[in-house]
Amino acid sequence: MRRELVLAGLVAVSFSLGACRRKQVPVAAVTTAPVTGSVAGVDRSQLVRDSIERARADSMARLASSGDAVNLRTALEAGVRFDYDAADITDDGRAVLDAKLPILRANQTVRIRISGHTDSRGSDEYNLALGLRRAASARKYLSDRGIAVGRIDVVSFGEERPAVSGDDEGSFSQNRRAEFEILSGADALRIPR
Amino acid sequence: MRPFLPLLVAFVACSAQLQAQPGVRLGLIYGEGGARPGIFVLPVAGATGDSIRTIVMRDLDFGDRVTVLSKNTALPTPVGAAAVDFRAAARLGINGVVQITPAAGGVTITLHDVAAKQVLQRAVVILPGTPNTAAWRLAVHAASDQCEEWISGTRGIAATRLAYVGDGRIWLVDSDGANARAITQAGRALSPAFRPDGQAVAYATLEAGGSAIRVADLRGASRQVLEPRGLNISPTFTPDGASIAYAHGEDFGTDLYMVPASGGTPRRISIGRGTDNTSPSFSPDGRRIAFTSGRSGRPDVYIADEDGTNADLLAALSSSSQAYRSSPDWSPDGRAVAFQSQLGGRFQVMVISLRDRVVTQLTNEAANEDPAWAPDSRHLVVSSTRSGVRQVWVLDTETGRARQVTNTPGARLAAWSSRIGS
Repeated sequence: MRRELVLAGLVAVSFSLGACRRKQVPVAAVTTAPVTGSVAGVDRSQLVRDSIERARADSMARLASSGDAVNLRTALEAGVRFDYDAADITDDGRAVLDAKLPILRANQTVRIRISGHTDSRGSDEYNLALGLRRAASARKYLSDRGIAVGRIDVVSFGEERPAVSGDDEGSFSQNRRAEFEILSGADALRIPR
Repeated sequence: MRPFLPLLVAFVACSAQLQAQPGVRLGLIYGEGGARPGIFVLPVAGATGDSIRTIVMRDLDFGDRVTVLSKNTALPTPVGAAAVDFRAAARLGINGVVQITPAAGGVTITLHDVAAKQVLQRAVVILPGTPNTAAWRLAVHAASDQCEEWISGTRGIAATRLAYVGDGRIWLVDSDGANARAITQAGRALSPAFRPDGQAVAYATLEAGGSAIRVADLRGASRQVLEPRGLNISPTFTPDGASIAYAHGEDFGTDLYMVPASGGTPRRISIGRGTDNTSPSFSPDGRRIAFTSGRSGRPDVYIADEDGTNADLLAALSSSSQAYRSSPDWSPDGRAVAFQSQLGGRFQVMVISLRDRVVTQLTNEAANEDPAWAPDSRHLVVSSTRSGVRQVWVLDTETGRARQVTNTPGARLAAWSSRIGS
């Protein structure tokens, strides 16, 4: 967290807000890349996606430390993504979750609900279990770092509520996610100190 | 309890000229080996005659056990009590002639055996209420099923219903695709499963805070068996209809549980140790259970004793395959389990014979998922994208023939009822 706090500043905030608003655009552009093309092509589109994810995670971290209530809310609600058929928290997911920790610590009455989602490829029923595993994985990451489990509900929607439609890896990766919803206690968010 | 029982009681063979010997199967005499009998349904008199003839012809065709001859086949229609022209029938490749004539409250249905030149079976069928209503059509379907049994020795599956998910609701449709109607309100309903008597459907609903298991009685009432707390999904009735097995999760891992169908205290039946276990399906004696489990690191199909012990991988993996296999459905005759296996990124429907553990791949066109057996243990209902968008289809496992049942884009997760009223 120390590093992100040092980085915080007006320039960073305006960059991150811009990046956040536009975040769908580069991802949508990636979906047009031939994901079934050459090995080099696949690797390249993966690299592009990774870099977008990284930029998004970094901007969330900056947002969380910027001290604006709207930004705090945005950081609390920022989602994390997962690899195929996996519920492990990725490096990028870690950055997004780390950004929530100081806000949750500074606002003990905040309760959140994490919903787990999958892409459309697996079994409809098994994907509900996988979605729950993803939500539980995100909850465990937070609770292992001191956030009371009782403040976090988990729910799964499997592949029933895709973020985007589409049968390509770009769409699949956007749909393999955990979403965060504030249930209560966020009317006047305190800035982490 | 069973609204259709009275009409089936009335459905007794009244004057079969060939008397059945105890233990001897009656059937049509025809052809060599595996050839299918050619069946011609004579024109039916009366205002509803053409509807009845069309329904019976289609039912016999969908049964995949006979070859139904065209309405244009030039067999003379007997007038009054005149006999069927058996010589003409034989010349036209007809093995059996189905004759349906108006009778008090319904119709008389007669099967003529062309080779033996005589009546093989005859019965009166009561057709209740207004023509072309659901109950009336069901009675015609039951007549078709009786006819198929006379011909082949195996009762047909026309008098059944399918349940499926479409647009977040549970739908019910007759086996021939008629009478599609939603039985749940708008929402996020999934995984319908018929009670063994076919008169109720269990399903899951995804709600904001969790998922619930509900049971809809097909005469209208719906009640909650498990409240939306944690994950409660993929319900299935035990063969006696008294309990519901389902998958439940609250944190890491989803396990199989059992709860009385009327509600009560759940009991855990699988010990997944933090893995995901879903989609249970019972053997017909209720002593074994097939299910999907991620216990090996990726989803696969297992069978275990009803209490969750002695779990075993259902189908051995070939050395080259690391397939994602799931969604088992145990056949009503107990001899096979259908499931789905991911090949080239798409699911295909497979059947494993429990006698020799031989796996047969049934589909390879587009994606095919979520198989469920018909009560004849021969046909399967699946969801398939072969028409471009996911729809519910029926597959004949013996011939590979497929027919589309629904016209609801996205229709999926279908279940097949038992024979209604029998």
